[in-house]
Amino acid sequence: MLSADVRLRLGELDLVAAIEVGDGEVVALLGPNGAGKTTLLRAVAGLQPIDAGRVTVDRDVLDDPEAGIFVATNDRPIGVMFQDYLLFPRMTVVDNVAFGLRARGRSRAAARAEAHAVLDRVGMAALARAKPRELSGGQSQRVALARALAIEPRVLLLDEPLAALDAGAKLHIRAELRRHLAGFHGARLLVTHDPVDALVLADRMVVLEGGRVTQQGTPAEVARRPGSPYVAELVGVNLLSGTAAGERTVRLAGGAELVVADPVPGPEVAVAVRPQAVTVHRDQPDSSARNTWPATVADLAADHDRVRLQLAGPVPLVAEVTPAAVADLDLTPGAEVWVSMKAVDLAVYEH
Amino acid sequence: MTTHRRRSRVRPGARPPLVVLPLAALAVAFLVVPFIALLQRVPWSSLSDRLRDPIVTQALRLSLTSAFSAMGLSLLFGVPLAWVLARTEFPGRSLLRALVILPMVLPPVVGGAALLFAFGRRGLFGGPVFDHTGFQLPFTIWGVIAANTFVALPFLVVTVEAGLRSADRRLEDAAATLGAGRWMVFRRVTLPMVAPSLAAGAVLCWARALGEFGATVTFAGSLAGRTETMPLAVFLALQSDRDAAIALSLVLIAVSLAVLVPLRDRWLAV
Repeated sequence: MLSADVRLRLGELDLVAAIEVGDGEVVALLGPNGAGKTTLLRAVAGLQPIDAGRVTVDRDVLDDPEAGIFVATNDRPIGVMFQDYLLFPRMTVVDNVAFGLRARGRSRAAARAEAHAVLDRVGMAALARAKPRELSGGQSQRVALARALAIEPRVLLLDEPLAALDAGAKLHIRAELRRHLAGFHGARLLVTHDPVDALVLADRMVVLEGGRVTQQGTPAEVARRPGSPYVAELVGVNLLSGTAAGERTVRLAGGAELVVADPVPGPEVAVAVRPQAVTVHRDQPDSSARNTWPATVADLAADHDRVRLQLAGPVPLVAEVTPAAVADLDLTPGAEVWVSMKAVDLAVYEH
Repeated sequence: MTTHRRRSRVRPGARPPLVVLPLAALAVAFLVVPFIALLQRVPWSSLSDRLRDPIVTQALRLSLTSAFSAMGLSLLFGVPLAWVLARTEFPGRSLLRALVILPMVLPPVVGGAALLFAFGRRGLFGGPVFDHTGFQLPFTIWGVIAANTFVALPFLVVTVEAGLRSADRRLEDAAATLGAGRWMVFRRVTLPMVAPSLAAGAVLCWARALGEFGATVTFAGSLAGRTETMPLAVFLALQSDRDAAIALSLVLIAVSLAVLVPLRDRWLAV
């Protein structure tokens, strides 16, 4: 179990946050840019000294300034997958993964053999001799994960694991990461600014704003009582549950069918879609278009420079549009509209 | 993101602006014509005899020994200094950097004179050492190496410091989270990242030492066979035996090209 009570000042940031992540648990640390998410993660890894507080893993104290304890990064039982993955560019894939084992005193041959086994687990054994620049974003991520897991850490930290990927690849790789994360049994802490990542990957969310934890709980708990405008927007993500109805088709509870970009991972699934990804039309879009159905505007609420629409119909949805679109489409409560969603905007995962 | 340095290639068919070409051509001419003039005066028939002249072989051996020694000393002391300048914060760091760069901008003769006052037989440090041990730097090969290192070291420090500053330190963080201690991080992650700057700095340093004249002649003198390096020999020969000077110059040019041409594309493109 990871327990971190971190207090530090760094430039503009005044971070006072305490989090706990149990073994086998995946916690997503969510927050806007500059909230201190990455700093908190670096403090846990020992890359950022804390002014006060305490970081422990199980019974081992790693950082406690008052007691004069500071365990150096290289002696912490913590694996980190960094944003941009940070693979060593001049080493082959297998040497990247073997690096941590070499640091722990394994012979070159033993380290390589173990590294191969770990690469095999993430399906990257075939590219063991490739250089990082030859890998796609998703492949780099798998190697970075293998590298962090090879040292058998008790805690795994992931800093924006999906931010470096383009939208098309993200969907597929997120589902894959979820599968690989399931194979690790220690505490997992994931930093992200994307609520979909948190919904798909995490058991529990901790929301960090301006260096303070503003809310935490399961996604459902947080959604029920958003503690701040940021959280409200965050959990405004549409979460639709349904069943597999084909390799890339999901049948929703209301009977509507969604075509998704990725293979449906199991019989019972959930689909997450951001309000911004729901397009509203006055007339029926091209009849061959998929993922489109009629809806009725139930309510409108202005939110800063955006308008959030509650849509009733076979699939209740929240859509977010610009005030200009509201005027153009003449959206008023009771208006009959059509909604559509692109398959690549739908994150599907086992529920 | 990768930290690879790839030399950007000019798009095929990209045509440079018209004004660029004549100016570039003039620059090339200015750089190349003197060498053509020199080649045209080479006494080809007696060249092989001249190259076997002990004056030439001794000067060449001395020049190469001192240039490589200066490069080695610069690597030994310059890399830690570059690391301190690039990676630590302390008051007076900019002043220190200015002092380090000073020998680059100073006329080498001034550097030679300063070395004399510090390490000469009556110098600040050289005096007591000479009185106790009888050892002195001036007029020895050690003096040549000291003078070469004095002028060449800053080139290495400046280049390697720039390399360390532009290196992605997050890779070092990644290595630390994998359990690597400071030495392993430096050896397996930092050093490969700065390898191009290190090589460029070493070559610049070596080239500067090979061509060093002012500080050497001021501090170490010009004793044939002991402190008379190639540049000194060329200068002296010019006044007595022009053909010898040309032969010596030819050797220097050949040695420099032999080192610089194979390295140019790989390392000097930092």
